[in-house]
Amino acid sequence: MEFLSPSTLEEALEAKSAHPDGVPIMGGTDVMVELNFDKRRPSTLIDLARVPELGEWGTDGDHTRLGAGVPYTKIVEHLSRSAPALAKASRTVASPQIRNRGSVGGNLGGASPAGDAHPPLLATDAVIELASVRGRRRVPAREFYLSLRTTARQDDELITAVLLPEPKGPQQFAKIGTRNAMVISVAAFSLALDAEKRTVGTGLGSVAPTPIRAEEAEEFLAAEFDWEGATLPSESLVRRFGELVASVTRPIDDQRGTAQYRTHSMAVMARRALTWSATEYRKGVTRCA
Amino acid sequence: MRVNVNVNGEDMTAENVWPGESLLYVLRERLGLPGSKNACEQGECGSCTVYFDGVTACSCMIAAGQAEGRAVRTVEGLAEEPGKGSDRTLGTVQDAFVEAGAVQCGFCTPGLLVQTDDLLERTVGAGKGAPDDAEIREALAGNLCRCTGYEKILDAVRLAAGRRAESGAAHE
Ligand SMILES: Cc1cc2nc3c(=O)[nH]c(=O)nc-3n(C[C@H](O)[C@H](O)[C@H](O)COP(=O)(O)OP(=O)(O)OC[C@H]3O[C@@H](n4cnc5c(N)ncnc54)[C@H](O)[C@@H]3O)c2cc1C
Ligand code: FES
Ligand code: FES
Repeated sequence: MEFLSPSTLEEALEAKSAHPDGVPIMGGTDVMVELNFDKRRPSTLIDLARVPELGEWGTDGDHTRLGAGVPYTKIVEHLSRSAPALAKASRTVASPQIRNRGSVGGNLGGASPAGDAHPPLLATDAVIELASVRGRRRVPAREFYLSLRTTARQDDELITAVLLPEPKGPQQFAKIGTRNAMVISVAAFSLALDAEKRTVGTGLGSVAPTPIRAEEAEEFLAAEFDWEGATLPSESLVRRFGELVASVTRPIDDQRGTAQYRTHSMAVMARRALTWSATEYRKGVTRCA
Repeated sequence: MRVNVNVNGEDMTAENVWPGESLLYVLRERLGLPGSKNACEQGECGSCTVYFDGVTACSCMIAAGQAEGRAVRTVEGLAEEPGKGSDRTLGTVQDAFVEAGAVQCGFCTPGLLVQTDDLLERTVGAGKGAPDDAEIREALAGNLCRCTGYEKILDAVRLAAGRRAESGAAHE
């Protein structure tokens, strides 16, 4: 097995182009599990940890640009205001040791339907930047996940960054698991309200072959939510929102939970996330008035 | 491949490394440092926790080649005066674990010591107060112990935090 350690993005892209079947490794928290258990024997490992650009973050117009290799710990420490949903999700990933290494680029590279970064990226309409020797391109998260563990990324491409729109309202993330730490989600949900455009974004994890949105629920809530007066949504509105979110799930039974439990928990999380968001929105509106 | 890595302040070289093997394997099997334990090799148990460039990580989740030129601190490097065997003077966290009876089979202990050392560095060591129980639980959430039931471990962390705060105050 060959081990390549590019020190610039150009070198990394050349390496990936020369070895399209080469496996990139960033935090290693998915790749090493496969190597340690002999589930994978790639001909080439491409270490991305020495490429400075991937570990940086900053503003890019009205977006926050998050390098693909920035570990979750840094996201929690530095991006809780500029990317609240992703920061909340990051805080629930694994353990401190894993959060010190694991990255959103790695989550997107593996594209497990249970990855915790995906629901916030969908809900907030984030954009994923891909690069190859052919150039850079941007793909909305909402068009990135194609089928089980298959994404819009081509074999010669690396994920370089995620562009996170400036928050324009409350953002939430909720996850169901057997304990507070160290759990791959049984189901996860993210909600983002955009008070300027008066739109709603959702992201659902672990309930379909890919991370998905609940578009009918988004449209329903955008139309019914009291953007002007910020009155708290009625019980029947909250319940209906939960039902609409749960209606798009196509879960499976596995060792972590049954399909029925996943669908049920999705409705519960959607109701809670809406209640939290509406309460936060109301506080914001009354403070401004 | 050959991997050059600084471990506990000493420059070391591991030869004939398979690039896909873990830093944990390099430490234990090639550099003669068996302090870090291998209990799961999948990031779940924390027994292999080391400082990697100053940040705690599961050494089983780091590829050997990724450690080239980096600085690693293992449980062996926590002793205040590293020496051989019983000549070593233990550090505050190590002493507290012994005194509180937080060690039974000891398999989880090296990882807990490193992770606790880091928690205390980031709290008491950074001029903040001692960590409360919620902070301790969150910091140690990735370190599994199958023997103690964790109560004695929490006692040990509280004891070490108190002592480190006192010794910090004494230096001022
Ligand atoms: C104990 C444990 C608990 C976990 N808990 C959670 C959890 O709660 N939630 C969760 O979502 N995940 C969890 N994970 C999975 C893992 O930590 C995450 O998926 C993490 O985001 C992976 O990031 P990484 O940088 O470590 O990826 P790596 O292991 O380095 O890479 C993962 C995949 O992405 C590819 N890749 C990496 N970077 C790039 C790039 N820039 N461009 C293209 N491809 C790339 C790799 O080739 C590989 O296929 C857990 C893992 C462990 C070991
Ligand atoms: S051996 Fe590394 S986490 Fe268990
Ligand atoms: S003392 Fe035995 S696993 Fe913790």
